[in-house]
Amino acid sequence: MAATPEPYDTIECDVLVVGAGGAGMRAAIAAADAGCTVRVVTKSLLGKAHTVMAEGGIAAGIGNVDPEDSWEVHFADTMLGGQLINNWRMVELYAHEVIDRVLELERWGGIFDRTEDGRIMQRAFGAHSYKRLAHVGDRTGLELIRTCQDRMVHTQGVDVSMEYTLTALLKSGGRVCGAIGYDRNTGRFVAFKAGAVVLASGGWGRMYRYTSNSWECAGDGAAMAYQAGADLLDMEFVQFHPTGMIWPPGARGILVTEAVRGEGGLLFNAEGSRFMLDYDPVKKELSSRDVVARSIYKEVQAGRGTPHGGAYLDVRHLGADYVKRKLPSMYEQFHALASIDITRQPMEVGPTIHYTMGGVRVEPETAATTVPGLYAAGEAAGGLHGANRLGGNSLGDILVFGRRAGDAAAEFAKTGGATRVIDETQIAAEQAELLQPLGGDANGAAPAENPYKLHEDLQLAMQDDAGIGRSEESLQRALAAILTLRERSAHIRVSGGRALNPGWHTCREITNMLVISEAIVRGAMERRESRGSQWRFDHPEQEVEYGKINLVTRRGDDGMQVVRVPLDPLPERLRPLLERSRFYDPAKLPKGYLTETVVAAGTTGGKRKRK
Amino acid sequence: MAVADSPAPTVDLPVEDVLTASGLTGETLTLKVLKGVAGGEQAEVAYQVPVVTGMVILDAVHYVQHNLDTDLACRWNCKAAKCGSCSAEVNGRPVLMCKTRVDDLPAGPVTVHPLKSFPLIKDLVTDVSRNYEVNREIPPFTAAPDDGTPWRIPQQDIDRIYEFRKCIECFLCQDVCHIIRSHDDADRFYGPRFFVRVASLEMHPKDILDRREQTREQGGLGYCNITKCCTDVCPEHIHITDNAIIPLKERVADVHWDPVRFVGRKLFGRSGD
Repeated sequence: MAATPEPYDTIECDVLVVGAGGAGMRAAIAAADAGCTVRVVTKSLLGKAHTVMAEGGIAAGIGNVDPEDSWEVHFADTMLGGQLINNWRMVELYAHEVIDRVLELERWGGIFDRTEDGRIMQRAFGAHSYKRLAHVGDRTGLELIRTCQDRMVHTQGVDVSMEYTLTALLKSGGRVCGAIGYDRNTGRFVAFKAGAVVLASGGWGRMYRYTSNSWECAGDGAAMAYQAGADLLDMEFVQFHPTGMIWPPGARGILVTEAVRGEGGLLFNAEGSRFMLDYDPVKKELSSRDVVARSIYKEVQAGRGTPHGGAYLDVRHLGADYVKRKLPSMYEQFHALASIDITRQPMEVGPTIHYTMGGVRVEPETAATTVPGLYAAGEAAGGLHGANRLGGNSLGDILVFGRRAGDAAAEFAKTGGATRVIDETQIAAEQAELLQPLGGDANGAAPAENPYKLHEDLQLAMQDDAGIGRSEESLQRALAAILTLRERSAHIRVSGGRALNPGWHTCREITNMLVISEAIVRGAMERRESRGSQWRFDHPEQEVEYGKINLVTRRGDDGMQVVRVPLDPLPERLRPLLERSRFYDPAKLPKGYLTETVVAAGTTGGKRKRK
Repeated sequence: MAVADSPAPTVDLPVEDVLTASGLTGETLTLKVLKGVAGGEQAEVAYQVPVVTGMVILDAVHYVQHNLDTDLACRWNCKAAKCGSCSAEVNGRPVLMCKTRVDDLPAGPVTVHPLKSFPLIKDLVTDVSRNYEVNREIPPFTAAPDDGTPWRIPQQDIDRIYEFRKCIECFLCQDVCHIIRSHDDADRFYGPRFFVRVASLEMHPKDILDRREQTREQGGLGYCNITKCCTDVCPEHIHITDNAIIPLKERVADVHWDPVRFVGRKLFGRSGD
């Protein structure tokens, strides 16, 4: 290993923001408004981040359409949807502040559909008690990203490095003080020296075969945080969105927005039966995503699937004009990719990987991770959504906690992060590792591995054995596959040079995805129950003991450790709020600290007297 | 076979699953990709790609990347026509590769070239940074400071600008525009994408700035002679010429070519504006 690094560029800033989706841009605006110089680094061009894929809207208890709605009901729905293992303080802050963030977006020039009397329109969505999602057509994510982008590029103090990859966080004296990476177009190394770092790097759906995620979602941020010693939280929870396209093959996994059901779309099996009436007679098609995804899966397993193995999603009864006005991009998507006119034919849909509830463990108020100087927000962070995220809570999440992370990072950069020293040996070691796949022959006798093939094999293993349904046996298989792939990854070799070489770029993403996959699988093994998105065939029930803990993944001396951490129970002052949800049912409370006494007494649960 | 040279899969799928999932048609597509780097020679390289039902050009390019040429460079993100990253010229026409189906193209070899109006970086990737510079030049949305939220805005005001907000910044309109392609003053021309941007701001009911003179002077709005090529290639079907550029030209004419002001300028020089 070379002790002296090859020459590299140095870029200095107060706050380094990793990622330019909604969370990153909102963090950058906040930090710059606090007087800091900010550098935003993105793997792609500005405005292309995965936020653009969000379609349905931003959940906020404004109550424009249903006046009964409020932040309290939003709080209750989010906690119940997350099966009560969410970080309640994050949910409280979120439900409170997301209303202001929506109005702020409007003040920044973002547009929303309107009610009759000109206020922001809100639509129904799965497991939300009331019509709650502020939206514009089915392109709300694009509107959010464009609005934040225009605000950010016109904010003094923010600079953007487009098409740069960051590969490791730099530490000094136990504190994060920057990151190293490279310019994708030239391959030249760059060190970013910073007073504080905000990870807003998104999720990691790319390690599954059928995914609605873009190539970017490789878990780089979470993997870097893990390597730097930060705790990861709730990694076993991976959301399957119930409705992805399943045909044609190339389109499989592409998202069909929940707004289709929010606007009144119905699900049928191949026999023409509206099966959601059986699985969730109260919420029906608008049940939470984990429930609808499992229901479709079960229908297919029972032999009632559509020709390509899914369910029918039908909007024909809504009328062609309404469909084209409220769901224009869905109309276009099916027309272009599947030659289907959704105003005349039903869509064929099935579960697709969509979101990762787990992420870097953070403090609710500041988004601070367990490593000083490092902050995380948005999908990269864990805790807000618990065991299952409700639709519309992601666009709100990135605005609320993006801002909080930006504020806190700015504060840290001015105080604790004032001295910024870079360790040259750390840079040299990282460079050597990154350049290895370009180094000609593979190590020893093993054949050279193609990074794309490794990725495909990982996707198959995760899809089949750590997917919508899991068991000890399947998870053991997945873990064995991951460990084998890790050995093979040492022999990855790519042709070409360093300038804009996607094969080379994929190499580090593979190692990141292997780290995160291992965390998912080890967490899923440790949680021997079914809760939210975690469905264990061998442990189909919810268990009280797992409703009182979160699982924390961290790097130990001899590999990855998964430890149980008691979660902070909902305080008395917030418990009555749960009853404000229209879906509150004392007999069906998620098992955990609230149901503990009843289960211990051997009754069926849920009869616990509440104060 | 799509996976001929891959190592044994770690998980065995039932044979019928593999067939259904792969959707191979048995046909082969000849994909001719223009490869090259900035400042070097460009040359078409032909690849043979097995065709899958419903395949789009981006799938074919990915097949090449994964199996035949791992350092073939292209941009892509969402693969769902929502991010506007995978713009290229397919059979000479500027399109999104993720939305262009192989079975919609005429039989025979398909050419895939990078956008011609922007400087080449490598293979299918071009330097589009000029667009981001233009965006910074356009004064951002600005509301009256005393116009307190929550706002009341009629839906029809939203409907009018919603079309412009659909833009995914694929820059196909910029690529096809003959002013940007071949005009000497291209660096004094914002281009269709940014006329759409200006239109969305100018027609926003809460925006108080006036960008008309800037759009004429620095943006070169007058260079556009409404050939509608931009509208023709827009994957979001934005009526760029009819709904953005022509109304902007009318608004600019109102302020700049007003007869009284015109005479004033002639008599008293530019200060008469």
